[in-house]
Amino acid sequence: MALSQLLSSSSRSGNRLKSLSSAISLRHPISTDTTPITVETSVPFTSHQCEVPSRTVQTNAKELLTFFRDMALMRRMEIAADSLYKAKLIRGFCHLYDGQEAVAVGMEAAITKKDSIITAYRDHCTFIARGGTLLEVFAELMGRQAGCSRGKGGSMHFYKKDSNFYGGHGIVGAQVPLGCGLAFAQKYCKDEAVTFALYGDGAANQGQLFEALNISALWDLPAILVCENNHYGMGTAEWRAAKSPAYYKRGDYVPGLKVDGMDVLAVKQACTFAKEHALKNGPIILEMDTYRYHGHSMSDPGSTYRTRDEITGVRQERDPVERIRKLILSHDLATEKELKDTEKEVRKEVDDAIAQAKENPVPDSSELFTNVYAKGLGVESFGADRKEVRATLP
Amino acid sequence: MLGVVRQKMLGQSFPKIRPAVSVLRSYSSAAKQMTVREALNSALDEEMSADPKVFLMGEEVGEYQGAYKISKGLLEKYGPERVRDTPITEAVFAGIGVGTAYYGLKPVVEFMTFNFSMQAIDHIINSAAKSNYMSAGQMSVPIVFRGPNGAAAGVGAQHSQCYAAWYASCPGLKVLTPYSSEDARGMLKAAIRDPDPVVFLENELLYGEPFPVSDEVLDSSFCLPIGKAKIERVGRDVTITAFSKMVGHALKAAEILEKDGIDAEVINLRSIRPLDRSAINASVRKTNRLITVEEGFPQHGVGAEICASVVEESFAYLDAPVERIAGADIPMPYAANLERMAVPQVEDIVRAAKRACYRSVPLAAAA
Repeated sequence: MALSQLLSSSSRSGNRLKSLSSAISLRHPISTDTTPITVETSVPFTSHQCEVPSRTVQTNAKELLTFFRDMALMRRMEIAADSLYKAKLIRGFCHLYDGQEAVAVGMEAAITKKDSIITAYRDHCTFIARGGTLLEVFAELMGRQAGCSRGKGGSMHFYKKDSNFYGGHGIVGAQVPLGCGLAFAQKYCKDEAVTFALYGDGAANQGQLFEALNISALWDLPAILVCENNHYGMGTAEWRAAKSPAYYKRGDYVPGLKVDGMDVLAVKQACTFAKEHALKNGPIILEMDTYRYHGHSMSDPGSTYRTRDEITGVRQERDPVERIRKLILSHDLATEKELKDTEKEVRKEVDDAIAQAKENPVPDSSELFTNVYAKGLGVESFGADRKEVRATLP
Repeated sequence: MLGVVRQKMLGQSFPKIRPAVSVLRSYSSAAKQMTVREALNSALDEEMSADPKVFLMGEEVGEYQGAYKISKGLLEKYGPERVRDTPITEAVFAGIGVGTAYYGLKPVVEFMTFNFSMQAIDHIINSAAKSNYMSAGQMSVPIVFRGPNGAAAGVGAQHSQCYAAWYASCPGLKVLTPYSSEDARGMLKAAIRDPDPVVFLENELLYGEPFPVSDEVLDSSFCLPIGKAKIERVGRDVTITAFSKMVGHALKAAEILEKDGIDAEVINLRSIRPLDRSAINASVRKTNRLITVEEGFPQHGVGAEICASVVEESFAYLDAPVERIAGADIPMPYAANLERMAVPQVEDIVRAAKRACYRSVPLAAAA
């Protein structure tokens, strides 16, 4: 279609295209239209030891509007979490994902709930993408009963096993061998499903990753290792931690793909490609070039090791939500007002969930001793004063 | 702040007793306040200045000024060769640290928390602790592994474990647990100068706490002996042993007990390995009752070893069963109300001390 060929992903204004499209009158009801639209990804894919997927992507209004809504929701959720942390309603660690939404959303669009995902501690949005609710997120962050881990896990330990989301891990790099284990089990059970094991550029140097690559390749596991390269491992820039920051090439004999992680359609395309590859040929690495606006965690200002100009620059040039907004507007799939209304709706959903979570009670004291074991064997466990607080493990 | 309160109390109630059992020299009156963070920073600075073989390695120790600002200013002063930022790869940088120690350097390896030391534990135990023995003395390993240990606030199960008992069970290691700023300075200096591998367990929640320090403590030659406990508070009726943050809790418990006429002796263990068994036993032989306090898991914990030692050496002196206060026997929960129940509180120590003194109501649900 002539219209789509005019599209590129950069900051070209939608005005010229809008006038064209209104002439052709492409307005349709929001979020039901599945007429194919062809779009090109922002940049072509770069590959290591495999062929390159096409940068031409098929999408439609329904999908794009869903992407917009989902990413706007995640964005709002993370910003709200920032405020809650500052208000001391969230304690301990809180690692926010704003800026990286396209990875969670694009990945989910390429797979089913039969496929597994495991990630590290920056897990709030991945949990939502896998079907978690805002209430479960905020209640968990605030240590309440309605939390996804009933308040016992905290920010870094969200799980949703019924959607094959395996957490939520605090030790850098540990989730990758675990993910290979999930892939092993999928192959063992002949499930025709794959595992996405996500890690950051900081974790990419961990020895256990190389052990994981070796064994996954040796055993042909359907494992997709996804490096969410936001270019900083806490306060250390990638060039200060890695001799070779070409993480998609780190697999050596394991193929890899470099992807613009701020372009949700590129992420979806890459994950579709990777799933097909992994089911046939074993492990593959996806390096998502992405960015986090916040610091490493709420204890890190995020500005001592990078400039504010860099942060605003990425926000202006590459923001994933803005990219989709421009795409939607330039294709005349919705008006600016409709998108702003969506953002308002999403904001209200977040606010409502927070209000509900605030009313939710803290866990009952008896929860101290639940779930230590799956099968308690009638063993006793103790509180700090073993003669005062003791319980039989259920 | 707490130290000042304690000093006032001692001055008023116990005019004849000085808390100087293990320290060789007596202190001049405390004039300056220093936080534990400042104490550690100054100790590192002075030792690096005195010996060019000493260097620091770990995540964010350099340009970030330290994840908890313990190494603030050191990169600027000593340069990137001696203050090394590492990738997030504990196994290799612990191993590299041990390798440099084999060669004769004096590395200080920082773990951002000791939870991450588990990624490197093979090097700590098999490469560091056992080498001097296996080589019949050729390969001493003058390394210090340091960092925050134990629970912080709301950091969940994977970031809250206390590793004192695990490391202290291993021969060949020295395991130190400073409490006050004086402890931090004197013991870190001793650790860096010591020719053996030292596991130096700090506490994140203590970093910001100020303590009075005398001129002697501030002197660059100040050093505390490894393997000696400190009697923080002399008492007659019951011995309370504690280390790290729990020393503060024990001292607060002692104040409360005093109002009920129970005079508690508080021992700051300072050194878990070697454990100052003679100080502990001497105290129990005086008071006849013992409460052990620790943050870590109870089973096979520090308190269990102390109890065994006292039963072995001073059985006839015990007038009551040994009481153990420890972290709850569960992974650390996140929710604030559950976390509070999982970590020893001052009232737990008070209650146990009263039980040991037969001052509490009979146990309700013993059956």
